[in-house]
Amino acid sequence: MRTTTKFFALTAAVALTASVAGVRQVIAQTRPVVKVDGSSTVFPITEAMAEQFQKEKKGQVQVTVGISGTGGGFKKFCNGETDISNASRPILKREMEACRSKNISYIELPVAFDALSVVVNPRNNWVKQLTVAELKTMWEPAAQGKIKTWNQVNPAWPNRPLKLFGAGTDSGTFDYFTEAIVGKAKSSRGDYTASEDDNVLVQGVATDVNALGYFGYAYYEANAKRLKAVPIVNAQGKAVLPSRKTVEDGSYNPLSRPIFIYVNSESLRRPEVREFVEFYQRQGSKLIPPTGYIPLPARAYAANLDNIRRRKTGTVFGGENKVGLTIDQLMKMERIN
Amino acid sequence: MAVQSTRGFAAYEAQRLRSKWMDRIMRVLTGAFAYFSIIVTVGITLILIYETYHFFNELAEQGISWTQIFTETEWTPLFEVPKFGVVVIVVGTLMTTIIAMVVALPIGLLSAIFLSEYAPPKLRAVLKPTLEILAGVPTVVYGFFALLVITPILQKMIPGGDAVVAGLNALSAGFVMGIMIIPLVASLSEDAIYAVPNLLREGSYALGATKFETIVNVVLPSALSGIISAFILAVSRAVGETMIVALAAGQSPILNFNPLDSVMTITAFIVQVSLGDTPTGTLPFFTIFFGGFLLFVMTLILNVLADWFVRRYRLMY
Amino acid sequence: MTVTISPTEVNFRANHDRRKLTTNIFLVVTFLATIFGLFFLGLLLYDVFQKGWSYFNWNFLTKFPSRNPSEAGILSALVGSIWLMFLIPFFAFPLGIGAAIYMEEYADRDFWINRMLEINISNLAGVPSIIYGLLGLELYVRLLEPLTKGRTLLAGALTLSTLVLPVVIIATREAIRAVPRDIREAAYSVGCTTWQTTWYHVLPMAFPGILTGTILALARAIGETAPLITIGALTFIAFLPPWPVTTAVNEEGVVIVEKVSLGLNSFIQALQTPFTALPIQIFNWASRPQAEFHAVSAAGIIALLLVLVAMNSVAIFLRALLQVRK
Repeated sequence: MRTTTKFFALTAAVALTASVAGVRQVIAQTRPVVKVDGSSTVFPITEAMAEQFQKEKKGQVQVTVGISGTGGGFKKFCNGETDISNASRPILKREMEACRSKNISYIELPVAFDALSVVVNPRNNWVKQLTVAELKTMWEPAAQGKIKTWNQVNPAWPNRPLKLFGAGTDSGTFDYFTEAIVGKAKSSRGDYTASEDDNVLVQGVATDVNALGYFGYAYYEANAKRLKAVPIVNAQGKAVLPSRKTVEDGSYNPLSRPIFIYVNSESLRRPEVREFVEFYQRQGSKLIPPTGYIPLPARAYAANLDNIRRRKTGTVFGGENKVGLTIDQLMKMERIN
Repeated sequence: MAVQSTRGFAAYEAQRLRSKWMDRIMRVLTGAFAYFSIIVTVGITLILIYETYHFFNELAEQGISWTQIFTETEWTPLFEVPKFGVVVIVVGTLMTTIIAMVVALPIGLLSAIFLSEYAPPKLRAVLKPTLEILAGVPTVVYGFFALLVITPILQKMIPGGDAVVAGLNALSAGFVMGIMIIPLVASLSEDAIYAVPNLLREGSYALGATKFETIVNVVLPSALSGIISAFILAVSRAVGETMIVALAAGQSPILNFNPLDSVMTITAFIVQVSLGDTPTGTLPFFTIFFGGFLLFVMTLILNVLADWFVRRYRLMY
Repeated sequence: MTVTISPTEVNFRANHDRRKLTTNIFLVVTFLATIFGLFFLGLLLYDVFQKGWSYFNWNFLTKFPSRNPSEAGILSALVGSIWLMFLIPFFAFPLGIGAAIYMEEYADRDFWINRMLEINISNLAGVPSIIYGLLGLELYVRLLEPLTKGRTLLAGALTLSTLVLPVVIIATREAIRAVPRDIREAAYSVGCTTWQTTWYHVLPMAFPGILTGTILALARAIGETAPLITIGALTFIAFLPPWPVTTAVNEEGVVIVEKVSLGLNSFIQALQTPFTALPIQIFNWASRPQAEFHAVSAAGIIALLLVLVAMNSVAIFLRALLQVRK
């Protein structure tokens, strides 16, 4: 009995102290924190930046990065909960509204390009190149249940089953690919093997000779021995393989897409946020290539730094995605405004 | 035998008063805990219902007929032209759950019987915690295990190889889910069986029954409530499991009854949308809660059935 | 001396052999069933150790994540998970066990509200964990922001506690139910109040079962990824909560202890720091394209299994100490 009463008395005392202490204003974190969240596509880049930045600052500034997805990231960003949002697509109208309603203005900074690579199994010896029209035949909604063999897409190809692997329907990759290939975002056939985890798609294509899949360049590059990238016939009529060079000179289209970070203008006033964002731009060409993405040319980062200095807020995309942009076109857009 | 009665009695009275107050306080306190849990659980239920209401509202606003839910055979809420055939994901969930239960329930129960009836105490002390480790392996690990180890094995074992067994299939995911749930069934059933008083067993042996007959006719019916509870928890767990199916069962949005092919479960869909790029407050976002609501209803039916079953067949002692 | 055996006795004898055989076959069957689960556990462990053992070293345990696989460490995730493992029992167990005691000992079982309550709680065990994540985001991160300060350890612990609460309640209820009636009746007959009976007689007997339920609940919580990501647990975090020690990273990137901070203030501050957890880190590494990261992910799994084994050992010890066989 006495032990029980003692126990409850102790618990009550702890609870009381805890609540009293909590009511008192807790002193701010001794170290400043930069909060980043958003797309898992952009995550590896931001992680590399955060790690290096923290090292150079000897741990006196802390950077945290989450992966709630581009949409989830924007929700938090437009609620004022994060300083920077990683995004694999431009901000959409609805999200712009949300930010406006909370009086949050932002600076849009493209930080890298991703080359969506179309891959087949290395033992696939019949596909030498693909046109956008052929891809559309394979992937459009009308193909569902009908286009099941390779020769239905191109009679020169063998009569083998067509096994398709692609991104999950709720990713920026899916949105971009469908818009670029089929012409309308989110417009795709449903009967393909979809997965959120691109490694699963890699596995699928690498082990099935009849397979064709699409995913980000990083996943192709890391598994180049097990996969075969297919050259895509671009708008100029030339068949181009995805690589750093072909994205930089704009010849790999329409499947090159820019990825962004959005920075809260208010947060930019804090020295640690500003330093981190500037560090990001300066280290781009060094830290981005190992992650498998394509860095922007130096002049693009210089333009970004300029925009940061001038506090150029808002988006040049008008709340919609745009496909087939080359690096040069993107930079031109960001400058005019 | 007059023992200091007056002083003793006063002390006794005082203690009785303390006990009574203790009882009252604890009654209120535990009641508060219980009702707080109720508030939480009812709150969750209400939110599910509320958001599902939003879902149907959104559907109506976008001019999509709600009967489509039952007639359509595709589930593509995120596509340009969204289709809401709920039967697709319900079948997906049921398939993986049934496969998981075929694995977990018999094996779990038999393991429980072994651990509590046949195993010597030292062996039990070793095996039980080892089995519980199975429960703690994170579901993402199981997901990759299903994808990278079990699926290739299936592709080798089943004639036809990877033409018949898809890289992402329901059998693999269901099987691994079953393995994950074995310790849940085994541990909880085993505690129920272990708690059956020896008196009942010995009475049965005294009548000449063998161990097997005692187990089947005496022990199991006595432990029935605990066992069924374990089963229900197991099914609930299987129905609500997210990562294993998201990684290994695929996300095929068309109706599919073949366990060797990809399926989409309700949970795989939910995780796809909530971790992805959908802005909140849109129709696809509400679809998440609709999915949660579906799962809730499915387990509710199961629970009601189980409750009825236990009340009818339980052996009270 | 020949003994004539009556026909019925012949039947009985023949039957007996067959019945004995049945029992022995059953023994083998149940043993195999037990081994079945363990076989796959072995297969899984073999696969994991084979991949991850080379990366599992002291460096791995004491460093922060990095973009470079050979430098990546699991320190922040490990500390985060251990914190959660200590916080969740604090919230979920008293609430769950108390609720179960009320429902079993005090409440009138046939009152329809209580029956609905039972069914409601059982049902919640089947709601997918990600829904708890979404609810945790709204409730603990947004609504209770003054208390939890957003996406912090406290919010994570509360979300996971809500997740495992139904499991704890159900398992505890079953454990309490399994205590035979005569124990309670004997206690009542000598004049115990309900609480005295419960505390001194029922709970000690039910304790091993309660412990099982709580172990399973914690094991579930330690492996959960999706709800934590949804409430905003991070994937890259390179610092630790400031309790019981405050740490910093020195020039070489090694974590050093700055000072010992055992005070209540530091504790509350620690509760209100952002965090990450082992399954999130494991999942993140496994999703990277580079194969070395997959090996690092396997090393992370080894770390998680070790934490699990440690937790289980404590529970085994407690259970062995207190198991009462009638």
